[in-house]
Amino acid sequence: MKENETIKSDHRAILDMVEANSSVLDLGCGDGDLLELLMLKKNVRGQGIEIDEQAIYRCVAKGLSVLHGDIDTGLSEYKDNAFDYVILNQSLQQLKHVETVLFDALRVGKKVIVGFPNFAYCRARLRLFFRGRVPITASLPYTWYETPNLHFLSTLDFLDYCKEKKIKVERKVYLAADKRILILPNFFANIGIFLISK
Amino acid sequence: MTKIGVGIVETKYFTFANKPDEFVLESKEKLSPVTIAYETYGALNKEKSNAVLILHALSGDAHAAGFHKGEDKPGWWDNMIGPGRAFDTDKYFVICSNVLSGCRGSTGPASYNPKTNKPYALDFPIVSIGDMVSAQKALIDYLGIDKLLTVVGGSMGGMQVLSWLIKYPQNIRSAIPIATALRHTPQQIAFDEVGRQAIMADPDWNSGNYYEGNSPDRGLAVARMIGHITYMSDISMTEKFGRQKKDNKQPFKFTADFEVEGYLRYRGDNFVKRFDANSYLYITKAMDNFDASEKKPFHESLSGKSVKVLVIAFKSDWLYPAYQSKEIVKACKYAGIETSYCEIDSTYGHDAFLLEIQEETHLISHFLKSVSQKRGKA
Repeated sequence: MKENETIKSDHRAILDMVEANSSVLDLGCGDGDLLELLMLKKNVRGQGIEIDEQAIYRCVAKGLSVLHGDIDTGLSEYKDNAFDYVILNQSLQQLKHVETVLFDALRVGKKVIVGFPNFAYCRARLRLFFRGRVPITASLPYTWYETPNLHFLSTLDFLDYCKEKKIKVERKVYLAADKRILILPNFFANIGIFLISK
Repeated sequence: MTKIGVGIVETKYFTFANKPDEFVLESKEKLSPVTIAYETYGALNKEKSNAVLILHALSGDAHAAGFHKGEDKPGWWDNMIGPGRAFDTDKYFVICSNVLSGCRGSTGPASYNPKTNKPYALDFPIVSIGDMVSAQKALIDYLGIDKLLTVVGGSMGGMQVLSWLIKYPQNIRSAIPIATALRHTPQQIAFDEVGRQAIMADPDWNSGNYYEGNSPDRGLAVARMIGHITYMSDISMTEKFGRQKKDNKQPFKFTADFEVEGYLRYRGDNFVKRFDANSYLYITKAMDNFDASEKKPFHESLSGKSVKVLVIAFKSDWLYPAYQSKEIVKACKYAGIETSYCEIDSTYGHDAFLLEIQEETHLISHFLKSVSQKRGKA
């Protein structure tokens, strides 16, 4: 079992949002660190979907159930409310069809947890404003020519969107440098994590 | 993978449905008696909870691992079965049996029909994938195993895995279908039909009655050659043979000049030494007739079952393309079954399930570990 110190702060925030003994679908689960953590600490029934073949091998080595495939086409076969939680952690901004996947996630999961890098983070603003360069920050570490991100949004953009689409925002967690941000989060946080439902 | 496998092994035989009992097939036709050839490796534990059933493909047999006395060729999946291998015989009790209608020790068209005291030939009833599985279930019962840790197989073996999921889900804890399909497409049926036609066009086939004379070796060899083409890929053939010629001699008209020709001929000629042409007809027909959604949609068969599934496909497999494996995955998702799926990036084509040992070993060994542990937790 992992020690608390080594748990990434976004994983810890998600761990807090998930109830014990629930079922979880992690979209873009990567190496399966978050799912493994949820299974160990919250005894969840976990299922991952991941596009990278090598990541599949690492997930399977952790004893996880994981499907090799594309999130953009991966949700349609699931029944309504098939999972207690659907997690889109650091994968929302890389989707081709954000809206389709988000609404399918809200259909398949009773609740959805979304985590993404905040484009309006202060350091990103400074880099863009003073240096005239596209932001490269801890949560947005890629150069323009190698980024897998297709969508750039701030935490306020996301909240506006939820309001417009009548998506309930049940919990909001803002993070920067492993700390919770409570004041002016759209300025000081580089990661936003939201628990949403229909 | 360790170098030392299971060592010297022996095929055993289990006979059931002795008179007055009969084995009733899905077609309602009856067979009596039925013999199933099988091999086992490793030891069954006290709880009888560590048994793995391996299901072979079209041309396979019960000899999956180790060596028969005096032979230098190991079983067909030897590099997957043994101490420290994917199916670790230090942990698991591994069983492999020859399918019903086969020709490697199990009852099939070449077996003696007790009613006529001659080989069945075409009097042998049409057998389904489900019938093969029912015969395996009889063997498992005889071995005293109520619940298998897993059933696993590639190609036609994968169809048997799906059939186990449909017919006996309460008797398995997990299932591993590899490079297989819920049903054959017209293309797959077409290749099988060409193989069958090659056999039936051989004058020695004699409507299946050849057991006292010459067997239809030419026809069966051609069927096998067609099969081998579909098991490889464009890339794997180019890598293996290129346009290499076997020698630089002035070619005689239509000899096997290219290496690929020689290879196919060699494979065809070898196959006829160990395979019965009528079995080839019956088994390919069983594959063509198989449809996992025949009685009800496959996902309904899975619904509510507590079984874990690992589906494996290969990128260059054009005989059983990955999209067919994804259809199995879709059904599992719809049924809410815990499922893992991996499409291995291989260039070997359909043969990959016999060749991509490293990736399969990684996936299967960890999967089996998690299935075993799940039981420990419960």
